[in-house]
Amino acid sequence: MTRLNGGLIDRSQTLSFSFDGKSYRGHPGDTLASALLANDQRLVGRSFKYHRPRGVISAGSEEPNALVELRNGARQEPNTRATVTELFEGLVANSQNHMGRLEFDLLAVNDWLAPFFAAGFYYKTFMWPKAFWEKLYEPAIRRAAGLGSLSLQPDPDAYDKGFLHCDLLVIGGGAAGLAAALTAARSGAQVILVDEDFRLGGRLLAESHALNDAPAVGWIAGVEAEFATLPNLRVMRRTTVFGAYDHGIFGAVERVSDHLATPGKRVRQTLWRITTKHSILAAGATERHIPFANNDRPGVMLAGAMRAYANRWAVSAAQRVAIFTNNNDGHRTACDLVAKGVDIAGVIDTRSDAKSLGAYPLYAGAVVSNSRGRLGLRKIEVTRNGQTQWLSCGALGVSGGWNPNVHLSSHHRGRPVWSEALQAFVPGIGGPPGLSVAGAALGQGSTQAALISGAEAARDALVDLGIPATLPVLPHAEDAPQTLQSYWHVPGKPRAWVDFQNDVTVKDITLAHQENMRPVEHLKRWTTLGMATDQGKTANVTALAVMAELTGKSIPETGTTMFRPPYTGVSLSVLGGGDSGEDFRPRRLTPTHDWAAAQGAVFVEAGPWMRAQYYPRAGETHWRQSVDREVLATRAGVGLCDVTTLGKVDVQGADAGEFLNRIYANGMKTLQVGRVRYGLMLREDGFAYDDGTCARLGEDHYVVTTTTAQAGAIYRHLEFARQCLWPELEVHLISTTDAWAQIAVAGPKSRALLEQVVDDFDLSNAGFPFMACAGLTVCNGLRARLFRISFSGELAYEIAVPARYGTALMARLVALGKDLGATPYGTEALGVLRIEKGHAAGNELNGQTTAQMLGMGRMVSTKKDSVGAVMSRREGLVGETRVLVGLQPLDPSLPVVAGAHLFAEGAAPKTETDQGWITSACFSPHVGSAIGLGFLADGAARIGEVVVAANPLERQSVKLRVVPPHFVDPEGGRLRV
Amino acid sequence: MKGVLMRFSGFRVFKEALSGHKGWAPLWRNPDPQPEYDYVIVGGGGHGLATAYYLATTFRKSRIALLERGWLGQGNIGRNTTIIRSNYLLPGNEPFYEFSMKLWEGMEQAFNFNAMVSQRGILNLIHTDGQRDAYRRRGNAMLLAGADAELLDVAQVREMAPFLNFDNARFPIKGGLMQRRAGTARHDGVAWGYARGADLAGVDLIQNCEVTGFRIEEGRVRGVETSRGSIGAQKVGVAVAGNSSRVMALAGMRLPIESHALQAFVSEGLKPTIPGVITFGAGHFYVSQSDKGGLVFGGDIEGYNSYAQRGNLPTVEDVAEGGMALMPMIGRARLLRSWGGLMDMSMDGSPIIDKTPIEGLMLNAGWCYGGFKATPASGYCFAHLLATDTPHPTARALRLDRFARGYVIDEKGVGATPNLH
Amino acid sequence: MLIPHPLLGLRDAQEFVYLGDASLLNRPDGMAEGAAEAFGDYVYLRDNPAGVHRELWFHEQGDRSWLVVTRDTTTHEILGAELARDVALAAKGGAA
Repeated sequence: MTRLNGGLIDRSQTLSFSFDGKSYRGHPGDTLASALLANDQRLVGRSFKYHRPRGVISAGSEEPNALVELRNGARQEPNTRATVTELFEGLVANSQNHMGRLEFDLLAVNDWLAPFFAAGFYYKTFMWPKAFWEKLYEPAIRRAAGLGSLSLQPDPDAYDKGFLHCDLLVIGGGAAGLAAALTAARSGAQVILVDEDFRLGGRLLAESHALNDAPAVGWIAGVEAEFATLPNLRVMRRTTVFGAYDHGIFGAVERVSDHLATPGKRVRQTLWRITTKHSILAAGATERHIPFANNDRPGVMLAGAMRAYANRWAVSAAQRVAIFTNNNDGHRTACDLVAKGVDIAGVIDTRSDAKSLGAYPLYAGAVVSNSRGRLGLRKIEVTRNGQTQWLSCGALGVSGGWNPNVHLSSHHRGRPVWSEALQAFVPGIGGPPGLSVAGAALGQGSTQAALISGAEAARDALVDLGIPATLPVLPHAEDAPQTLQSYWHVPGKPRAWVDFQNDVTVKDITLAHQENMRPVEHLKRWTTLGMATDQGKTANVTALAVMAELTGKSIPETGTTMFRPPYTGVSLSVLGGGDSGEDFRPRRLTPTHDWAAAQGAVFVEAGPWMRAQYYPRAGETHWRQSVDREVLATRAGVGLCDVTTLGKVDVQGADAGEFLNRIYANGMKTLQVGRVRYGLMLREDGFAYDDGTCARLGEDHYVVTTTTAQAGAIYRHLEFARQCLWPELEVHLISTTDAWAQIAVAGPKSRALLEQVVDDFDLSNAGFPFMACAGLTVCNGLRARLFRISFSGELAYEIAVPARYGTALMARLVALGKDLGATPYGTEALGVLRIEKGHAAGNELNGQTTAQMLGMGRMVSTKKDSVGAVMSRREGLVGETRVLVGLQPLDPSLPVVAGAHLFAEGAAPKTETDQGWITSACFSPHVGSAIGLGFLADGAARIGEVVVAANPLERQSVKLRVVPPHFVDPEGGRLRV
Repeated sequence: MKGVLMRFSGFRVFKEALSGHKGWAPLWRNPDPQPEYDYVIVGGGGHGLATAYYLATTFRKSRIALLERGWLGQGNIGRNTTIIRSNYLLPGNEPFYEFSMKLWEGMEQAFNFNAMVSQRGILNLIHTDGQRDAYRRRGNAMLLAGADAELLDVAQVREMAPFLNFDNARFPIKGGLMQRRAGTARHDGVAWGYARGADLAGVDLIQNCEVTGFRIEEGRVRGVETSRGSIGAQKVGVAVAGNSSRVMALAGMRLPIESHALQAFVSEGLKPTIPGVITFGAGHFYVSQSDKGGLVFGGDIEGYNSYAQRGNLPTVEDVAEGGMALMPMIGRARLLRSWGGLMDMSMDGSPIIDKTPIEGLMLNAGWCYGGFKATPASGYCFAHLLATDTPHPTARALRLDRFARGYVIDEKGVGATPNLH
Repeated sequence: MLIPHPLLGLRDAQEFVYLGDASLLNRPDGMAEGAAEAFGDYVYLRDNPAGVHRELWFHEQGDRSWLVVTRDTTTHEILGAELARDVALAAKGGAA
């Protein structure tokens, strides 16, 4: 065991966990990575391309190497960073991306073949023979690629989403973030402090230096105690702000129960949408490494991470370690390790004037030039003045300087700028409005500077908001100056890794340069640099520096590092927020839904609605039996159908008639009170938009109905016309779709049935003729609207009552109509009835058809201006010859299928000879065969002709006779009895 | 001056591997612009590069320059979901896209670059009877135009993609329309293949060269003004989808186009999970898996005019909801990166390849969010127009005057509402 | 995005449905001379600026008012919002 003394782990409790099937122990406060290191498990995974052995590099979310499949079964979570996985009792993790055991990965053969796998090699080969790509090369590549695997089972956990609003969002709970939150929260502003870690403090937890001459954890505890007393501050631990969006909106994920074995009754994660007036990015910095030959062995780590493991987790990756640095930060790690009793093999510092800060061997003006150790570091080669020597060590901490975590500041395509002083990119201009940056994220790397910049950023933000704030008394802290001498990579012949996960080496960058893939985007795409799960957090700037060296340009001339959301990977489950399965979208239910369900109805999705599709009865084994029965019962007696889903818009006002005249292609102003007219609406581009009825209930009162599908769009369109086009008209609109339950009562006995429910109302043909409408009462005083309109071609009515009475009315009608054979029917029968009658519906009104095609060309009035009238007269629309016809198979036993294309008999079926298509088809019990409606070129002139319906998709070709599109009662006599 | 001819092959990779990769030549030159060309192509995205390639190779033209504001492949070819397909409904579109599919099928051998064209198929899911009718009509239109299509029932869909939600879906899967020849291609590889091929054929590919104006004399284009000086040209072809309106405004034209942002997404790398391309028919979600293992997915456009190349959180959530509703097994995968592209959303959802009222100035625009699959045919047909002054037979319907005259190609049937196409 | 509704204050853009360029307020007279050409421009042609854009949004999940929002298409910054009805009435008043 390499546990050291101290640390922020709870040694009083032991947690057992397993990695690759082997059991280990750790403590609360451990991460999976710290616990593995404490158990001397340096090897944790394999790299993406070469399958090189890999170990933990970092102590945070930037980790490129230590990725595991966490948990098992349906909860298996691939590519999970061991460095941020909180240890829990019973944790199960497995290494990934290897064939055979982790120690003896068969795919490590790729490493031997590495010369063939240079950057971009796959673009240059695998082209011959052509067919081999999909059959051989690609499947092999796909199997070898990827990292972890999904269980292929549905995610069993629950997720939620929530919304938060605040004055100030502080992102990051390190020194700068804590100072910012303290400043802001004391002022009374609404503040949210978010940190990705499970413990506040950030780098303060990883360092040994004091605040006010006492351990930093003491100061943090004091701050947290004060936070608990401030109701205007919300502290969110285990929460990552992953993206900055427009107008002060941030996306964040709270890992509510990822630190537990299972979420139990809680959600696993919550997606938060945080809307804030101001924000402070205090996300710290990420240390960069220095590429040298074979720098990717398990045991080679970032020096700052090594320090974090020692101080926070009381772990050293080895008993004997070395440090490779170009700045004093590496020495700090050495000092802390010495204090913890770890043996330091040496500090190798690129600076020739480097000074030792403690009791360890110093190699000033030296570099680490190679390493050995198959599954873990054994020794390093140190080169100084051309002389080399090998040092034994089990771990090497590398410090090449720190890159500010500018990520969120570049999510609005803000470009980071290069700081010569810091030798790093710092947040530049063009970041999200209202976002300021503090602490190490701004390059303020010392603890003292971070505390001050956090507090000042908060005060300045509050001043902007008009909230007075004063700076808190901040503790005294270390304030060491920047001591970095830029040093980007150690030259050498063997491969030196820049991007660990994607196996991008200095050589690959050299090759990209040689092949003229020099712009930073070409470099990335050619080599896959920065495209791994860590998005290049530890690689991108170093790669730019290498390319800059090759081109002789400066780093900022070479390019910059832009980042896109998310900051770290976000599970698709939580982004979906739990709106999956049956809960993907809400269901809209019609007023008679429960009644229909009680009758055994089968339901079908109709947009957002669920509608009764048909009502099977005992003995019916096929849906067609039910539908045929419903159709025949309606045509012979009376059928009942809930048509509430049709859109209903009340149009009222002195100018309602004039308004509707401009909306409909046909005239509505002349419609008499108490009458209904069929209406056709066009889009402004002249194509058919929607159809329905328009009823005039009073002088200033119309009711417009729309199709189910277009109810929302038409209402929006009407409001557009009212508010934007003709605001001078006195007209008001309200959507009443949900207010009225509407039931179609159709069939020759519909009058006889309705007579039993209306209160003292003359339903006779003379008193209430076809296309009449009225407001009335039914069932002893219930307010209702009655329309004598028909979709089926039969004598028919639609009756509307307040929605809450829908079920009662339906039940009453069925009960009263028992002797009349009253039969509820669903959307299937509704479809058959309307096809038999030749009424257009969604398949005909598909947005691509014109009034002329629908046989309603003459309805478009030329005497008035209405929406779409002008554009409907364009050459292409007028010249369209396809019109709606009826179609019937010559052989009545053959099917008619919607979606078949129409051809002249004898014509070879191809695009050039295509004459139209079948829009709707059904079996017509009335006709006794399948029938269809379709658009056919010159259709009006071809009644009686035989055409071929070609459906090559299902290898069908059926001869059809062209007939008028009214299979039932073409004269319309039944409507008017 | 032509580029250095260097054939790529497995043998060559082998040879270079053994000799330390010293022999690889630049993929293309970095020429300085000449004062005068016969043809200037504006835009070094996929369509511009393909145009230059076909103009120089198939149509054997010379004195060609391609001007790119940034780096080659910076256009939407560098930021898309890599899907290729020819599953369109309307006769103005389907033959064009099928022509494109046929070009995809031989492209890599033609330009000697592996663009990883992978015909793993596209499955459009069906959730309602009405949708099945529409897909049947479309599938038949595809077959009639010489493309391939199959109508699948639920059992066939289940066999192909057993991980889809068949059990508790809000919108149950009722079948699918399958095009097996569809699939994906490595988007950057396509750009680089065309770029390298064009360079070898003598085209000057000029990067970091932004067009700032057109030289127009007496109704005829004479050249362009650029950030690298004035460049004369007999003919100028503009292929800058996403920015068509602002570039053509430099020539005084207004277009039937709005610019919209479309986000796309990729997950962390995963072992093989999803066989081909799958599109959800009841929500905004489509997905495929890249050769590297990332799930590449997307959904609807943001819906408001934008040149910002980024989107917002509601779309991210909408796409994830769609994905989780369709295939709840992807829930434990993580979103790795999202990005935004600029779409030329045309007024009927279909593209434009046509002359303009300015003689010699030709336009390739309006690709909405579907330009990637069109790259080969778009380049070929635009080169045809530039070289011969006549439209290619498969691109005749893609005219600029179709809006005024009423010959729109409106696949979705939503009219002049760009954000709904 | 957040839209500053002139009556209701800042509202989430998800409550709105977007239509497009506010030039759609200026519908030509369908009975006038040259209507065909005027409508061709009105329905299909757009300035589509990279920069300040006046555009129509409908508060569908709210008070159902149409707004003219002024927004920068390069940054998404919103510079103002007015009731479209007021804008349309002012334009008509100005024309009369």
